[in-house]
Amino acid sequence: MAARSWLPHPNLTLFLFIVWVLLMNTLSVGVVLLGALLAWWLPSITRAFWPEVPHVNSGWKLFRFMLLVLGDIVHANMVAFRLILGPTRKLHPAWIEMPIDLDDPFAVTVLASTISLTPGTVTVEVGRGHHKLLIHALNAEDPDALVAHLKARYETRIKEIFE
Amino acid sequence: MMATVIEFIVAALLLAGAAFALVGSIGLARLPDFFQRLHGPTKATTLGVGCTVLASAFYFSWLEGGISLHELLIVMFLFITAPVSAHTVARAALHRHVKTSSRTRGEPWKH
Repeated sequence: MAARSWLPHPNLTLFLFIVWVLLMNTLSVGVVLLGALLAWWLPSITRAFWPEVPHVNSGWKLFRFMLLVLGDIVHANMVAFRLILGPTRKLHPAWIEMPIDLDDPFAVTVLASTISLTPGTVTVEVGRGHHKLLIHALNAEDPDALVAHLKARYETRIKEIFE
Repeated sequence: MMATVIEFIVAALLLAGAAFALVGSIGLARLPDFFQRLHGPTKATTLGVGCTVLASAFYFSWLEGGISLHELLIVMFLFITAPVSAHTVARAALHRHVKTSSRTRGEPWKH
């Protein structure tokens, strides 16, 4: 706990540092020093808002998950392209309740955001106690298959990474 | 030679970005109900802006002879904020009982 008190969110610190360097778009001594200072200081003064540190089990898996989602975003856009330009009468919009097995609030947030960014689905409501998500699908001919697909493709991976 | 290749890449990315943004906007105008229209801005625009920004990164990296990556931040912030704003707007609509098209199936809160 002692190590935690001066560096409450190591991952957030790293992330803020990278954001700062990208923002400045150069890699000089001043930028690195100020970036390191801010990256250390900001998590310390905002820790009250974020008491639980999201725990990443495997950085490599997280990286692969991000690539997977990026690929799926491109694919989802191709699909949306076709659905929007095609006849709207052929769409099968549907409300879907998806049960989830994640406990960590941060993991639930990641899952909900991933679902909103990818295949024709938007997360509308996170159920109380994080046990289910309410999803609106633009075109779901088979809601059960869609839920199975989302669970297999994203939820299991997120569970491996964060829990 | 190199310049031509870069120009082709930049032009292709700009065209793709513009096409995605256009289709997203068409979806906004064309889809029948509020929740379906919500799908446009969460997807088409992310990739639309993504392609445009990538074109900018390529162009300025080449022009200034270094690596220009701060454009990536735009994409990153967009990917973080787009689902959150979509979620907020959708929840507001849900609480106001915005009408959905009659073809929408399954309204879990009714049973």
